[in-house]
Amino acid sequence: MSAPVLVGVLVAGGVFLILRRGMVRVVFGFVLLTHAANVLLLASGGTDRRRPPLVGKADPALMADPLPQAFVLTAIVITFGTTVYLLSMIHVRRSEERAGGPSG
Amino acid sequence: MSGAVLVLPVALPLLAAGLLSLLTGRRLRLLLGTAVNAGVLLVGGLLLKEGLDGRIPTASIGGWPAGLAIVLAADPFSALLVCVSAVLVLASLCFAAVCGEDGDPRFTSLVLVLAAGVYGALLTADLFNFFVFVEVMLVPSYVLLVVGSGRDPAAGRVYVTVGLLASTVFLAGVALVYGVAGTVNLGELAGAAERGPAFALAGALVLLGMAVKAAVVPFHGWLPRTYPQASASVTVLFAGLLTKVGVYAIIRVYAVFFAGMQQFRWVLMAAALATMVVGVLGAVGERTMRGVLSFDLVSQVGYILFGLALFTGLGLTAAVFFMVQYVLVKTVLFMCAGTVENLYGSDRLDGTGGLLRHEPLLASVFLVAFLSLAGIPPLAGFVGKLGLLQAAVAEEKYWPAAVALATSLLTLVAMLKVWSRVFWGRPSSSVTALAGVARARSALLAPALVLVVPSVAFGLGAEPLWRVAESAAGGLADVSAYVRAVTR
Repeated sequence: MSAPVLVGVLVAGGVFLILRRGMVRVVFGFVLLTHAANVLLLASGGTDRRRPPLVGKADPALMADPLPQAFVLTAIVITFGTTVYLLSMIHVRRSEERAGGPSG
Repeated sequence: MSGAVLVLPVALPLLAAGLLSLLTGRRLRLLLGTAVNAGVLLVGGLLLKEGLDGRIPTASIGGWPAGLAIVLAADPFSALLVCVSAVLVLASLCFAAVCGEDGDPRFTSLVLVLAAGVYGALLTADLFNFFVFVEVMLVPSYVLLVVGSGRDPAAGRVYVTVGLLASTVFLAGVALVYGVAGTVNLGELAGAAERGPAFALAGALVLLGMAVKAAVVPFHGWLPRTYPQASASVTVLFAGLLTKVGVYAIIRVYAVFFAGMQQFRWVLMAAALATMVVGVLGAVGERTMRGVLSFDLVSQVGYILFGLALFTGLGLTAAVFFMVQYVLVKTVLFMCAGTVENLYGSDRLDGTGGLLRHEPLLASVFLVAFLSLAGIPPLAGFVGKLGLLQAAVAEEKYWPAAVALATSLLTLVAMLKVWSRVFWGRPSSSVTALAGVARARSALLAPALVLVVPSVAFGLGAEPLWRVAESAAGGLADVSAYVRAVTR
């Protein structure tokens, strides 16, 4: 039951922040929103079986589904990269403004 | 033929992109970039030939057994689009070179990574893998657009945030699909939406994410806001590739996952008609060449969805035919706008005029392309639109057919506005002054000239492309061969 609640809270917070003014808030909104998608992805493999998915380490009936974990790992890397890019865009804009360069 | 060649369209550009970051010298970068994409075009041609012979080449990555492996598959539809995309990337690279926009050492690398993402997205038969390839395609596009959009920094922010939002929605959709179906392999998901509302809802979220990428109304606002702000050659590159991957995904997912379900077709039809009308009305009101063309890009996406919404053999064939000829024509038009901007410093409709006198060749290329876009016989656009209308009438969908016809007329109005303001009339004094400056005009026009040839050729001799489109559409209407190949 905790996964749906978590996804709900994260999406609500993410949407709230994205709709605010200010690019930094928007970026944090996206951090929350992509986390919600990641939790959803992780939960899609089933939340009841949580043993490590390694042969010989656990009973196959209790092993967690390894595929969503691989998905989530990929998704985290991608969203992390995009978030860093967004933040660097803000940084470049700020330093341009400070230097009296193009604004808009 | 071994399925291993399927890896090449993804691996070659990525490897070349890495290699290019070590190379100096503009000519060398251009040479490697074009050579790699010519190679991909060759591979695409081979795959298409296999597909037309009734075989679907597949490759399971990593040597995992079926069901676990990520599968790449090239049915005629995918192979055809890979060929067209390779042609567009080649033309864009050449256009960027003659515009002098490939001076940045990273430009060619970024274009190659973007191309790898496009080819991968077109070839993969796995929803999550599709998400990854779309990201591979989008991340370089963020950089290309933001770096080029000196005019309006806000455009870059809009583009990146909308792209990220669409990706997140798509990812959530993939998660839900995996949650309900336990697989993301498209072959195993064939007809999944018919199993129940939960499946259809998960698939709908996937389609929603892709609808944003494809700029389907009401998710189109970002495109006309951002594309005209990018540099000329970047717009040329984006116009034919990025939204088309979204359209491809919508077609593929609707054909396979939804198995063309009758009960949801009206949603697609409503979206298609709204996209056509809203896009073309926006185009009529724009004030720059690229502004008009960007809104028109939205409108034309509606025509492709129109064919998909009919989901008959003829409708799908016409949609595939339309898609292929239209991306070529659109790229030509954006190249013309880029050339005007390059030679005269602005593509504003009120800033130029009378270019016909100074640039007869540019004007005639533009004329052929826009007549094809509007669907005037004997050009390729006419064949595509005629097919779509015939399919609609055969299904007794008279109102949608009427809307499509009216949109065609408005497209003509929008393009005539560009024609009369930019090319017709008396040249302004600034134009006359700039026209005297010696420039490499023939080089600037060469890519557009090459790309406009098919729109004439496929209009006069539509048969070969129509046959290929028929074969591609056959694979969409009856997905059993694709499903067998992918789940094997």
